[in-house]
Amino acid sequence: MQNSMSRRRLLKWSGATATVMVAGSLLPNFGITAALAADLGEGDVGVLNYAYALEQLEAAFYTQVIETPYADITEEETALLTDIRDHEVEHRDFLKKALAEGAIPALEVDFSAVDFTDRASVLGTAMVFEDLGVSAYNGAGKLIEDVAYLAEAGRIVSVEARHAAAIRDLLNPNSVSFAGDDVVDENGLDVVNEPATVLKAADPFIKTEVTAMSLV
Amino acid sequence: MTIQTNNLIAGIDPEIKDILVSNRREFFRGSAAKLGLMASAPVLLAMTAQNAFGQELPQDIVDVLLFALTLEHIEDAFYRSGLEAPGLIPEEYVGIFNQIGKHEAAHVAFLTTALGSAAIERPELDLTAGGKYADALTNFDTYLTLSQTFEDLGVAAYKGQAGVLAPNDDILTAALQIHSVEARHAAIVRKIGGKKPWDGAFDEPMTKEEVLAAAGPFLA
Repeated sequence: MQNSMSRRRLLKWSGATATVMVAGSLLPNFGITAALAADLGEGDVGVLNYAYALEQLEAAFYTQVIETPYADITEEETALLTDIRDHEVEHRDFLKKALAEGAIPALEVDFSAVDFTDRASVLGTAMVFEDLGVSAYNGAGKLIEDVAYLAEAGRIVSVEARHAAAIRDLLNPNSVSFAGDDVVDENGLDVVNEPATVLKAADPFIKTEVTAMSLV
Repeated sequence: MTIQTNNLIAGIDPEIKDILVSNRREFFRGSAAKLGLMASAPVLLAMTAQNAFGQELPQDIVDVLLFALTLEHIEDAFYRSGLEAPGLIPEEYVGIFNQIGKHEAAHVAFLTTALGSAAIERPELDLTAGGKYADALTNFDTYLTLSQTFEDLGVAAYKGQAGVLAPNDDILTAALQIHSVEARHAAIVRKIGGKKPWDGAFDEPMTKEEVLAAAGPFLA
């Protein structure tokens, strides 16, 4: 992060105050039971923090999955899920390092809706996270100003898509689900989501209040 | 870049890796001529590309879309041929390859529409790459190897061009949407082949030169 102004503006701690939407902003605040709060910031810092927030969520999720494996997990599933955990941790740490002092704090997650002992619950949640991640990066590309960051996002998003396909195949083996008609449209295009949609979907899993005041 | 690219290719096809490493520039010249990309550049420059995005596209974006369309034509033909080859694809995987083929055909149609008058027809192809993969359409192992090669190559190719497309939000987004579909394809094809769906936490891009070097042998 070269832009010291963005860096200064990044951490707008909003405390207990509800965040007022800035005109033109597409993003709501999400997470209302926060002990902590953070704004993603402006420009490329905001986009990278957006990615960093999602990678934190994924890394925390798969860390838990590996720590407390679901019943009757197979060797193949353990291998795949361990790889995915490692990837998400790498993504998280990579983005944190790229953001340096611009990075939002560690988010407090909430996986109370997930039954980690149950395969369907775990893999179903994993599918949601992976598809969501793919759609988020696909939608964020146009928001990135510096093509160097666009390239880095590109290095991550296709790995997320590989995860999504692998998880989907675990849930529905040898079916078309890996790139099903629910995520790929008639033009052969994957799902794309704006930050507002993604953050709303991620909201139930994140306790920390995160706002995206300037990310449009 | 070279090391990362070789790492990506190493998992796919040793022969293509050799091509990339040993003979990159020669292959680029040869394949580019075959593709007609260099030859047609003056024609394209003189042409108004009326397209689905309702605007005149800058030449560098047209070039990327033509490059992408060429790759999609190869994939489209590859899956059409494979699905038509009797007994090639085991019954349990026919649905998967149908789905992949459906997407590649859709990508061809989408890019053709996007390019409008600048679009190209399917080039003449040789799926055996001059006989190197003589059993491409009779041996499922060979077919899988080529499928993985094309899919991973497609992922790396779109990734490598994102920066060029960045000035046009709509086209960049569409390209990213194709890019992640190719990655989904790559993952499932790798899994069918008994491999990991990924090489690591990051996928590396390839330049247009590198991609054309790898794809060149499949252009007749």
